[in-house]
Amino acid sequence: MSTVEQPATRGDGFVGRAMKRKEDPRMITGRGNYIDDLALPGTLWAALVRSPEAHAKIVSIDKSAAEERSDVVGVFTHEDLKGDFAAPMPMVWDPPGMEVNTPEHWPLAGGEVKHVGDPVAIVIGTDRYGVVDAAEGVIVEYEPLPAVVDPEAALEDGSPLVWEQFGTNKTHEWSIAGGDVEAAFADADVVVKQRLVNHRTAGAPIETRGCIADPRGDRVTLYSATQIPHIARFVISLVTGIPEDKLRVVAPDVGGAFGSKINVFAEEVLAVVLARRLGRPVKWIESRSENMAVVHHGRDQIDYVEFAAKRDGTVTGCRVRVVADLGAYYLQLTPWIPQLGFPVATGCYRMPNIDLKFEGVFTNKFPTDAIRGAGRPEATHWIELMINKVAEELGMDPLELRRKNFIPKEEFPFTTPLEITYDSGDYHGTLDKLLQNLDLDAFRREQAELRERGVYRGVGFSTYVEVCGLAPSRAVGPQGVGIQGAGWESAMVRVSPSGTATVYTGTSPHGQGHDTGFAQIAADRLGLDPENVEVIHGDTDQGPWGWDTYGSRTLAVGGEAVARAAQKVQAKAKRICAAMLEAAPEDIELVDNKFQVRGSPDKAWTMAEIAGAAHIPPQELPADIEPGLEETSFYDPENFVFPFGAHACVVEVDADTGKVDIVRYLSVDDCGPAINPMLIDGQVHGGVAHAIGQALYEQVIYDESGQLVTGTFVDYALPTAAELPSFETDRTETPSPVNTLGVKGVGEAGTIAASPAVTAAVMDALKPLGVTWLDMPLTPMRVWQAIQEAQGGGDGPRRTEQARDLDEHAGGSAGSGPTGPEEGGAS
Amino acid sequence: MIPAEFDYEAPESLEEAIRMLHENGEDAKLLAGGHSLLPLMKLRLAAPTVLIDLRRIPGLHGIQRENGSWRLGPMTRHADLQDAQELGVVARAASLIADQQVRNRGTIGGSLAHGDPASDLPTVLLATEGEVTARGTGGQRTIAAADLFQDFLTTSLAHDEVITEVRLPAMDGYGFGYEKFTRRAEDWAMVGVCALVKKADDGSCEDVRIGLTHMASTPLRASAAEEALRGQGLDAESIARAAEQAAEGTEPPGDLNATPDYKRHLARTLTGRALREAAGL
Repeated sequence: MSTVEQPATRGDGFVGRAMKRKEDPRMITGRGNYIDDLALPGTLWAALVRSPEAHAKIVSIDKSAAEERSDVVGVFTHEDLKGDFAAPMPMVWDPPGMEVNTPEHWPLAGGEVKHVGDPVAIVIGTDRYGVVDAAEGVIVEYEPLPAVVDPEAALEDGSPLVWEQFGTNKTHEWSIAGGDVEAAFADADVVVKQRLVNHRTAGAPIETRGCIADPRGDRVTLYSATQIPHIARFVISLVTGIPEDKLRVVAPDVGGAFGSKINVFAEEVLAVVLARRLGRPVKWIESRSENMAVVHHGRDQIDYVEFAAKRDGTVTGCRVRVVADLGAYYLQLTPWIPQLGFPVATGCYRMPNIDLKFEGVFTNKFPTDAIRGAGRPEATHWIELMINKVAEELGMDPLELRRKNFIPKEEFPFTTPLEITYDSGDYHGTLDKLLQNLDLDAFRREQAELRERGVYRGVGFSTYVEVCGLAPSRAVGPQGVGIQGAGWESAMVRVSPSGTATVYTGTSPHGQGHDTGFAQIAADRLGLDPENVEVIHGDTDQGPWGWDTYGSRTLAVGGEAVARAAQKVQAKAKRICAAMLEAAPEDIELVDNKFQVRGSPDKAWTMAEIAGAAHIPPQELPADIEPGLEETSFYDPENFVFPFGAHACVVEVDADTGKVDIVRYLSVDDCGPAINPMLIDGQVHGGVAHAIGQALYEQVIYDESGQLVTGTFVDYALPTAAELPSFETDRTETPSPVNTLGVKGVGEAGTIAASPAVTAAVMDALKPLGVTWLDMPLTPMRVWQAIQEAQGGGDGPRRTEQARDLDEHAGGSAGSGPTGPEEGGAS
Repeated sequence: MIPAEFDYEAPESLEEAIRMLHENGEDAKLLAGGHSLLPLMKLRLAAPTVLIDLRRIPGLHGIQRENGSWRLGPMTRHADLQDAQELGVVARAASLIADQQVRNRGTIGGSLAHGDPASDLPTVLLATEGEVTARGTGGQRTIAAADLFQDFLTTSLAHDEVITEVRLPAMDGYGFGYEKFTRRAEDWAMVGVCALVKKADDGSCEDVRIGLTHMASTPLRASAAEEALRGQGLDAESIARAAEQAAEGTEPPGDLNATPDYKRHLARTLTGRALREAAGL
């Protein structure tokens, strides 16, 4: 295993080249095919009637005004539709030997609503605007019940209960430990402790959700802006009782998801059921307001973390208790997501002893589930900030402390005390390269000079390892952590008679660029140009079954399946070529897109010639060679893959106002050999931007009564290009032994790495002012308050988190625009 | 994000627009750039039944200098103001409104009539002591900035009045600064400060105007700070002393981004910065 400098290409192949995305020309010239571009004749429109209450009994629903409208076809409640459902919406984590309190979750609420936005009725009509007006006319009488929004308050005796039947708001407890943590803490020279709040965020894709269910004959096709067409077909079949073969799910171009389209949502099920009932296509396009309120949020946990270390800087153990706010219902994996950080909870470090406890809590909010990183950003945030805290306590350089505890590259594969085997790594290598690019000494000199002038700059680091390549089925499935699913992936490669290829993948990309990357992988193995390799995905009627796209799995699992299927095609092509050229198959080699006889480069065929022979043989093929040129691979990985890297953030803090500006952001990521460095850069840029959003800007806030306060992009402060620096990305390449490509994933790496780097940079900048801790998001007010508190000023920070935060707010919108209906004159 | 049903009119004369406003009563709204009104309608926080678009009415655009004042057509876009550097603080404030797409559509008349205390141009009108001319069924009248902004999103314009002209003193001889504090570049001001400073021949402060954005339900003048600086030397200390008075008497509403205390702190800090720039320090 070696760490190599960033290579541009390998041989004359296409893998390794920074090729522009094949899919971009259509997308950036408005010729994409997104869900709202699809129009089917006779389409009916859907709009949901949603609860304005966080917790209430539904006393009555008066549909009459809506039903009287000429453009309304019907208004349906849970009572009207329950006969159409074979089962409630599933949650698929069923850990062996453990209870998870699991409430029934139906597409429409019946009896009680549990969060703001809970759907109580669906209006179907002929006009897109009319159904929204009609939904406003459905009169629902509610009897409000006490709501609980703070997960720690929800665990206290006497708290209102989200689900009475469990007698508690606690959903489950899950723990895992390795080594001897008690002994590590007993023998420690220093112990540092911290309570960290990792607040709730939104996926906020630019395209909201939406779907069209189209009933034709005895089949229904659901077009949906989803990440998971295959899983959706399986789940919708379970919920509706429609056999899987009578159901087709298609994901057209999908305009971003970041995890937020990883679930099967109530609206998709309702569209299918009502399209079947009414015999016409039913279309629903989510509004931005709905997207903020009724798509799962991410993070939202409180972490109690203790680290133990020896005087010489050896970190000997950690104890973590996570309290995770799961919201009111479960989506597919809601209670499992907080635990997803556990495989890398020892970080890049030896950390021989560890004890992790996770508790889930019901609150009257929308459920949490997987948002980019899912569990790993939270773990990385506490690990990296606690490593800094240990260094501070010991008076050591935090980078030296990291180096001292890094798992050295010679020790890979490395099995952690949690019995997780890190596949490959060179943690010193990425950190060294990062520091070269940063020039830390020059920065420290500049920092000191600027401080003289009252300018506060700081630098923060994050050295991370993450786990992706979901997933070895035996590790995650029923025989592993208990997910009722699997993690393998499929690919089918078909070469046409004229020698162009089509790759069918079971993954379902939604912005990542797999049309390009997969074409490069296949092209090299088929002797073709990527321009002549079309990649088809996201349609359950095309290609083999697959497990879709999430968790940075697509390349390491789906890409490997493509490589294997293409390799099989190549092997068959060689046999056909050998037969045609009267040579032995083992003497055929693929060189410069030619299949040639070893030692006789003049005796060579192109893939087009071979494909022609495979389909329309000019002479008889040997009896043991079937006609056609098409192969399928199902690939179940042996292990996860563990990308890693080192990130640095340089910030300048305006100490008079508390505003943070990012001056530089540097990353060195290692996701194995690059298939396409440009795609990697794109993923790192977006991933880091996502984490900068959480660190400095974004927060989903519910007030004490459970009202969503951040319901628009005015108040949910998604950063734009104007807030972000020019990213300085770099890479090392340490191959993974897990797959033949040597690749790992990179879609979530930036998001997992960046929040502690940004946070640590701000704390470094403010160290001279006495600021020792900051919880995200580092808003100007929160930073200013921390400075005031550290300086002994009067307006120190009250604990600013979630609902408690609102004590100090009037609760108004951050812009004064969309707050009231009164406005004068022209606008 | 679908508004409630409404009718749309695009009259070709001012008289027609006024008549439509009058006939439709409170249910009618004027449409200029639409970048405040339409988002409210899409969120169904506003539901006018008739929109009267001003775009076809002649004579509502343009920037003209006249007798020491700038005459601005109410339909002049923020982008045009931003490009007219001779407008000084008006151009500066306009350049900081939201993003370029909004500036390409939003108009000064719309911004003033909307009366949003978090908007920038109302503060500039107040600090420069400008005025608007309005016409309605009752005839034409001139409203001074100090009388225009009444409350949160409420102006003294009658329901059937249309702003026909915005007039701002040219403020020749004044230096200016506009400090806008936001979390993101495109946001409304958490607090904004417009400062105008005229130096006397001896270098002291002959006149000073300080306008505050988003410190109350209307734009405000920071009169205590103005008092503290007028007639004083224009140095760092006197400006700092004046800036300390910037939040005097204010009771800003808190919101998600800022408590009242923090807003008062920002007003003082930004006033210092804006005054220093205006004084050329």
